[in-house]
Amino acid sequence: MIRAENIFKSFGDVDVLKGIDFLFERGKTNLIIGKSGAGKTVLLKILVGLFEPTDGHVWYDDIDFCTLNEKQVRDIRMKVGMLFQGNALFDSMTVAENIRFPLDMFTKMTLKEKNTRVDECLAQVSLDGSNNKYPSEISGGMQKRVGIARAIVLNPKYLFCDEPNSGLDPKTSITIDELISSITKEFDITTVINTHDMNSVMEIGENICLLHQGKLAWQGNKSEVLDSDNKTLHDFIFASPFLQRLKDRALNK
Amino acid sequence: MFYKETIRQMYDIGIGSLPIVAIISVFIGAVTAVQISYQLSDAFIPNYYIGYLVRDMMIIELAVTFTCLVLAGKAGSKMAAEIGGMRQKEHIDAMEIMGVNTSSYLVFPKIIAAVFCIPILVFISAIIGIFGGYMATILAGLFKESEYIKGLRAFFDPYNIVLLYVKAVVFSYILTTVSCYQGYFVKGGSIELGQASTRAVVYSDILILIADYVIAVVLTV
Repeated sequence: MIRAENIFKSFGDVDVLKGIDFLFERGKTNLIIGKSGAGKTVLLKILVGLFEPTDGHVWYDDIDFCTLNEKQVRDIRMKVGMLFQGNALFDSMTVAENIRFPLDMFTKMTLKEKNTRVDECLAQVSLDGSNNKYPSEISGGMQKRVGIARAIVLNPKYLFCDEPNSGLDPKTSITIDELISSITKEFDITTVINTHDMNSVMEIGENICLLHQGKLAWQGNKSEVLDSDNKTLHDFIFASPFLQRLKDRALNK
Repeated sequence: MFYKETIRQMYDIGIGSLPIVAIISVFIGAVTAVQISYQLSDAFIPNYYIGYLVRDMMIIELAVTFTCLVLAGKAGSKMAAEIGGMRQKEHIDAMEIMGVNTSSYLVFPKIIAAVFCIPILVFISAIIGIFGGYMATILAGLFKESEYIKGLRAFFDPYNIVLLYVKAVVFSYILTTVSCYQGYFVKGGSIELGQASTRAVVYSDILILIADYVIAVVLTV
């Protein structure tokens, strides 16, 4: 599990996060949701250590991440996988080389063992046989899956996904969500997803953290969303007129 | 991985820069020889001094300074753009999260490659420049081949080769670190990336010229 404890973050005079407390549970898909500018990405980057909090602590199980030295941070990061919004695949490397990169950096496996592991990960994300393609030769959805394969190649304990569905069609988004959810269950890892995709919230939201103006506005799970009377949550979830009409129609019936 | 990356950088900096360095060197040598010949034509100075002066100017100053200024533009801007592009596409963040020491992985191989390859390039540049001087003066019939060769053999001080290597190592370190720094800490979008690339070249050039003066004062005065 990962625990955010009283996290504050300011950039100059702008306070982005104002005291976030949240427990990201192991074996569950934990979602950080909120409008653009609510502080989702900043919170995610604090959790992975790309930003330092102005105040507060991040706990990885019983380890205070904010007090670790550089080497200890690196040791923790070996247990972390991350899927970036823009995938962050290395353009000059093939799909297989991208996935193999962490193995090349951190393991003493033979090339054959590494390639076997790459094939396993590619099979996991249903991309068998794409080893020799370059990121520019595959679709956005496939790039996301390659990003996931790279994130899980070292068997991480913690998986972070920054807007995994951005730029994808609804059907591909569902596939990616299901993939992340199944990996979370299969390997019993702590998954933190930063999203504003409503399908994701309602399909895989097992532990949801709603941010609003830098504060925790609501927490719960997907089955509690419709029953909640939290105005901020409803304003966010049913922001689109289409969803609002569907909700009204459902309530009228 | 570090070894592979270092080899890739060596190829980029060394082999990749050889054609431009060769072209520049041959013309610098040629122009230097022709102009010295013009300046000394009416003086009571033997012709072989032209070969001697071209050789020492190429070894002590022209080869190393011109090569490194050109490489700051060619290799330095490429380094800044490459690392800056990786920063903007979140590649560096991705590596950080994997636990990779990015400054070491991205910058160190470039420094090693530059400090190893650029002195070799500079030495080749000096030889090509001297050959350029030979071509420009002998083939143009300004004086005899034997006089130029005699000049090349006259008053040779091996310490000048030490100067060449000291300057080459210092300049290559400057151009690599300045360029990588500009790329590594780039913020914003493509305009800022272009500005960082330009700054890499300008700052490297200025620092190389200052270092050139300092080394000259410290090692030769």
